[in-house]
Formats: sequence, structure tokens, C-alpha cells
Amino acid sequence: MSVTENQAAAGGGSARAVAILSSLGRFLVIAVTTYLGLLAVTFFIGRVIPIDPVLAVLGDRAPTAVVERTRREMGLDLPWIEQFYLYVKAALSGDFGTSVLTTNPVMTDIRRVFPATIELATLGTIIGAVIGVPLGVLAAVKRGSLIDQVARIVGLIGYSVPIFWLGLLGLVLFYAKLQWIAFPARLDVVYEYTFTPITGFYLLDAAIQGQWDVFYDAWRHIVLPAALLGYLSLAYISRMTRSFMLNELAQEYIVAARAKGLSERRIIWGHALRNAAVPMVTVIALSYANLLEGSVLTETVFSWPGIGLYITNSLQNADMNAVLGGTIAIGSVFIAINLLSDLLYRLLDPRTRVG
Amino acid sequence: MSAETIQSRRAWLLSDRPVSRLQARLGRAYVAWRRFSANRLALVGMLIIIALLVVAAFADVLAPYSPTVGDLKNARLLPPGAAHWFGTDDLGRDIYSRIVYGARWTLYVVILVAIIAAPIGLLVGTIAGYAGGWTDTILMRITDIFLAFPKLVLALAFVAALGPGIENAVLAIAITSWPPYARIARAETLTVRNSDYIKAVQLMGASPFRIVLRHIMPLCISSLIIRVTLDMAGIILTAAGLGFLGLGAQPPLPEWGAMIASGRRFILDQWWVAAAPGAAILIVSLGFNLLGDGLRDALDPRSGDQ
Repeated sequence: MSVTENQAAAGGGSARAVAILSSLGRFLVIAVTTYLGLLAVTFFIGRVIPIDPVLAVLGDRAPTAVVERTRREMGLDLPWIEQFYLYVKAALSGDFGTSVLTTNPVMTDIRRVFPATIELATLGTIIGAVIGVPLGVLAAVKRGSLIDQVARIVGLIGYSVPIFWLGLLGLVLFYAKLQWIAFPARLDVVYEYTFTPITGFYLLDAAIQGQWDVFYDAWRHIVLPAALLGYLSLAYISRMTRSFMLNELAQEYIVAARAKGLSERRIIWGHALRNAAVPMVTVIALSYANLLEGSVLTETVFSWPGIGLYITNSLQNADMNAVLGGTIAIGSVFIAINLLSDLLYRLLDPRTRVG
Repeated sequence: MSAETIQSRRAWLLSDRPVSRLQARLGRAYVAWRRFSANRLALVGMLIIIALLVVAAFADVLAPYSPTVGDLKNARLLPPGAAHWFGTDDLGRDIYSRIVYGARWTLYVVILVAIIAAPIGLLVGTIAGYAGGWTDTILMRITDIFLAFPKLVLALAFVAALGPGIENAVLAIAITSWPPYARIARAETLTVRNSDYIKAVQLMGASPFRIVLRHIMPLCISSLIIRVTLDMAGIILTAAGLGFLGLGAQPPLPEWGAMIASGRRFILDQWWVAAAPGAAILIVSLGFNLLGDGLRDALDPRSGDQ
């Protein structure tokens, strides 16, 4: 801290230091209020909406003694504001209560299932970005051409299709009819005892241990759900890339580059795309966050044992602690990605360095 | 009608010096319509939505069978054919009839969400924009907080607490979808807030309440309508997702998402049970997306062709 202060005092780049400090301060305020907001909403859902929160947590078959104890443990005899304070304190230490269904602490369950979701969403985003960015660039460069039309239709359908329905149809075609992919699960039962995950990302774990048969099996399980999520993010990424590229291609530096005699390829991929890269990082980050959320429906269709399936299973069993814990987990990561991509945008964009 | 009268009517509509308010309004509408109808995809979108309205209105006439009572004895899980265009489901109900009646529930959800969420956003946005200062900061902070939440997961948690049902699903979706409207309304308010006509109304002694209600809100409506239309597809998809998870419409309501869920058990052998309602969702969402895009390009030339 003192180094920054000294720099500021010295005058060299003091404006920049102040700008960075103030934007960091703003970032902190936004982050704290947003997280408090998330906790306030889940508090409201868990404690205010149900007529009897104890019943919502324990179900209606719990013995009276347990109900009384839980009521006291949950602090339901305290005033609202104190309850909320205790709730926030518990949440910050990672205590979301116990799941009725699995009888584990919710946090333990979430740690167990989250890697599966991250693996799926990451692969989906990679697929979406690898196809979506070039598609968007081509659509912008050859505006009005066939490829532009195709990109537009692909994008529009991606915005309009119910993902769980597409997943079901995909299962009919690729699993039942063509038998290209494996049945809905994460890994074949055969490997249940021969394979020990290290990081929880099965593709990575299998590759590290050199178990290529496991890797192939995991791939056959993940490829369809990941491709579907990839399609969703492709629709978004290609549309945004096209609009950023159109914006860049209309700038004067493009005319200057052409006048200089640069090849069209270098102008597009070297100059225009590079300038569009900063907002595109944000877009890809946002689409990653959206996939984390979209995985709820996809995981249900493909019996993928991630956080989405955990939430929907808990929903069906009225396991409110688990539902809200899962909501906070997804919400926290979602908010973190949102905020960080915003911060990244400010730090990466050269124009914000000047002020 | 001769070519000349059409010509002169067009000239009247496009006149630079309209003599009445009506002429000016009709002229503006005509220009917007010409821009809109030049976009073929937007017209397709409009046709889809008109078809949805017609199907929902005349469901009784268009559906040959009952949507809820099936023929369990003779018509279980029949493939598509002459008697049952889209086949029948596990309870012997005609899927085509169920989809026709399902159009009503889709409209019901979409309209209710729009009626609840848009006014909330409009109110929050115009008040924040007009009042400024602390009111603005606090209201917009709340809006941004809601904007940063994952919508589907939050709606899921809300319905889990409220209990499954189509009304609760509507409520949950509305609670999570108002923030963008607030932002739009605020942005529009900021552009007109310091204009001369607002100053004039202020000098005439109008209360802030009246200014916001009568002089600012009407100006926010058109951009709000565009945004709501664009959001319709998302609302339909969220509602269908909730229905698919068993949290939205409950059986035997012919809601499309719930129909896909019930077809899931037979997906490998009787794929048509789930295929048809999903296609209906896809077509209607596509219609709203195309219509929304077209409206945006026609009414809001600033955003141009994106």
C-alpha cells in the first residue's frame, strides 16, 4: 500500500494510481453489496416465504423435540435483523446447514458435485468460443453473404430453443439410434472402482494418470451435453463478435491499414479482432457464467452429477437447505465472474489507462 | 382505388408539414411500418405471433379432442397419423389438441410476466432517473444487484419456497426479470429530464408525481415494448424449463414444458410425445425473437443493424 502512496505522492503516474484505487474501491463496494443482496434474497426465500421455516427444513415427520431444537438453532426466536446477521455469518464460514436427503453438510455436498459442473461448463465455453468467434468474424467481414445469414439463423435458433428438449432429441439420435455416445451419466459403471479422481475433472484426471480408456469413456459421456451448452454460448458469442467486428471495421484505422497495403487477413485478424478482444473477453466470461446456470436443465436431462442435478434432486425432495445452498453456490460464482469480467474490462482497455 | 389516390395518400402520410397531430402520428407509424415490413424475417415473426394468438383464441374450434381426457383403452402412445396428427401420449390424449390448448398457457405466462415486471421496472427506473441523488443511487444499486443474479436458479429457488404451480412460476419469473426494464426507463428518463418541456411543466406547478406519470413514462414506453418483446422468448424458455422440472404448470394442464417432461420417460421409443411440444416452444420463441429484432430496427434507428 505504501508503495502506491509514495508513487502517488511523487506525482509520476499519480492520476493513474488514484484512478486504479478508486475503481478498486468502487469494485469492493459493488462486490460486497451484491453478495449481501444475494444472501438477503436467499434469506427471504428460506425464512420469510415459508409459513414455518423449521417445517421447510425438516419436513413434517420430524419429532417435536427435534423441531424445537432446530427452531432454537436457527435462531427463529430472535428479531429479523439479528437472524439475518447470524445467517450471513454462517454463510460466510461456509455453513449452509445439513441436507436432509444426503445427511451431509450442504457445503460438503457442493464441494463434491461442483467440479462436474465446472468441467461441463468449461468444455461448453471452449466449444462455443472456438466456433463462435471465427463465425462472428466471418459474418461481419462478409456482411449480408450466405455465411452471415447462416450465422444469424444459427444464433436465433440458439436463443429460441429449449435446451432440455434439444438434449432429449440428441439422446434419441446419438445414443439410441447411432450409438455414438454413452448413456446419460458421467462415467461407465465399469470404471467405478478402477478410477480414482484427483481433481474431480474426470477428463483431466484420466489424462494425468494415463488411463486413456477412462478418458475415452469420459469423453463419450461429456461430449453431447458439452456440445449443447457450447451451442448456447456459440449463439451468444458469435452474435456479439459480429457486432464488435462491424464496429471496428468501420473505424478509420482500418482505412489507414488498407492504405498502407496490409493484407486483408492481417487487417481482420491482426488489427480489428485485436481491438475487439477486450469486450470479447467480457462476453466469453459472461457466457461462461450463463452456462453454469444453464447447466441446471442440461444436467437433469443427462443425469450429470453436478450442482444443477443436486439442486433439482433436492427440489423434488423438498430439501430446502440444499436448494438454497446450491443457489448461493451458483449465484456466488455467477456474481464473481460478472464482477471480475467487469474489472478485467476496465484494466485491459487501454483507454481507461489514460485518465 | 386508383393509383393516384394511393399516391396522394402516401404523400399525405409522408408530408413534412403535418397539419394535425393525427396526421403526424399516422405518418410516423407509416414510416415505422415501412421499415418494419421491409424486413422479411420480422414479418415471419409477426405471422408466428398472430398465429399463436389465433390458435389460443380458437382452441375450442381447432382442437379435435379434449386436452385433458384421453382414450386410455384404444389410443395409448400412438405414433403420428391421420387420426392423431402428432400422435398420442401415455394417457391416450391427442398431442395436437394439447399443444393447441397449450398456446393459451404460454400466452397466459408471457402476458402476466410482462404485466407484472414491466410496470415495476418502469416505476423504479423513472423515479430513480427523475429524482436523482441518493434515491437514484439506492434504487440503481438494488437493480444492479438483481441484474447480477442467475435468473433461472433464483426463479427455481423462489418456486421451491412458494410451491409449484403456474401462478408461482409467473411470480418467480417476474421477480427476476424487471431489472433491465428499470435500466432502460432510467436511461430514457435521463435524456428528457432536463429538456425544456419538462421545465415548462414544472413552472406550471405540476407535482413530481404528475410529471413522472404523464410526461416521462409515456416516452419510455416504446423502448420498453421492444425490450419486453425481445425478452418474451426468454420468459417462455424459463417457464418451460420450470414446467419441465415439475415446478410450473401441474398435470393435467397442457403446458408445453410439462408435456416434454412427461414425454421424457418414453423418449427412446415414443419420441413424438416430447418432440412436438418442444417444436412448438422453439417456433413461438423464434417468432418473438424475430418480431423483437424487427421492432427494434424499425422503431429505434439508433441501434441500427446489429
